Amino acid sequence: MDAHGRTRFEQTMLPHLDAAYSLARYLVRDEHDAEDMVQDAYLRALRYFESYRGGDERAWLLTIVRRTCYSWLKRRRDRPAPAAFDETEHAAELAGDPETQAVHGDLRDLLSRAVDDLPIEFREVVVLRDVQDLSYKEIARILGIPLGTVMSRLARARRRLQSALPVEDFGRA
Amino acid sequence: MAQCEGFDIQLSAYVDGELEELGVAGVEAHLKECPACARRVEGERRLRAAFRKHLAPVRASEELRADVREAIAAAGRQAAASGKPGARPWRAAQWLALAATIAVAVLGGRQWALWSLARRTAPLEAELLTAHVRSLQLSHLTDVPSSDHHTVKPWFAGKLDYSPPVPELDSLGFRLIGGRLDYVRDRPTAVIVYGRRQHIINLFLWPSGDSTAATKVETDRGYNSVHGAGGGIAYWAISDLDVTELRQFVDLAMKSR
Repeated sequence: MDAHGRTRFEQTMLPHLDAAYSLARYLVRDEHDAEDMVQDAYLRALRYFESYRGGDERAWLLTIVRRTCYSWLKRRRDRPAPAAFDETEHAAELAGDPETQAVHGDLRDLLSRAVDDLPIEFREVVVLRDVQDLSYKEIARILGIPLGTVMSRLARARRRLQSALPVEDFGRA
Repeated sequence: MAQCEGFDIQLSAYVDGELEELGVAGVEAHLKECPACARRVEGERRLRAAFRKHLAPVRASEELRADVREAIAAAGRQAAASGKPGARPWRAAQWLALAATIAVAVLGGRQWALWSLARRTAPLEAELLTAHVRSLQLSHLTDVPSSDHHTVKPWFAGKLDYSPPVPELDSLGFRLIGGRLDYVRDRPTAVIVYGRRQHIINLFLWPSGDSTAATKVETDRGYNSVHGAGGGIAYWAISDLDVTELRQFVDLAMKSR
């Protein structure tokens, strides 16, 4: 790729660095590993950039970020997995007073911990929808699954989140 | 409430504004009658609001931004240093440069050592060795993971201007792991991945008019390479497998056609 191509790549893809990092952060659940994933994904994206035919560049980049994270997770799978999510146990643990926690700046932690505790197939739809604000159609394309599956996964993910978090105490926007 | 079941998966889509008109009318009619679902919708709204407020995309650090820019620029510098400007993009040398950049950027020193090792050897062998190492360490061993050669072989159709053989060697102790499209000498190249005990073998295949028996090509710090050609195909196997077994593997692969 020539210098012009690289400049175009940077202009097109660097604005989505935060989105790329967020997705990687929630998929691998570690900030340092997420940074490695993002760098790897950008270099892969650079490599494939010539085959990129325009369209939604964020979705295109996130697809690569996701694949990078998945193959890395797959290679690491022999390491002990985190314990399965137990809603009843976490409900008690998480159901602190949100006001108090907000005062301590913990509400963000509470939410992100709840997302981290979701199984990966729920976690990624929640992150793409509620953190990245993508449409169901874009999510379907990134994950390579039908629209109806996006819908049902989100519904199940949100149901888990509702029982894990003290939603009753959250304000309405 | 039995009638809630149909609405169950629609409630999230309704809150997200992703439900089509007809569905919206149905959900709204149901919500008027069903306090339980109405509560859930209310909960979803609060949940969404909380996420939006507190979980906006995590900002990437300035260090990461700088690192990514630097990695892109480094890939460019390497490209500029090799090959003529305006020539076809992604010459072999650039792939090597990129492999090196990724190795350094992502994994650090050990990979750099491997890369330097690859660079010291002859160009094609170095390229194959680098591709082998990259496949093991950059989470890209296969594009089509499958132990079924009826799955692996057709996968290459349309991706290459030749149809690579996918030797069946399972009964001989070389299990098929999958196939991958790699780049060797500036061309898309078929790689069939096999496993023997805990060893991974990358078998690179491309068209060739030569006829050569399987011979050891190069041994370098634990990596062995065996080359053979026949029946219109060149075979290059790279692995940390014992060289005798690797030669036997290439022999069998060539005979299995």
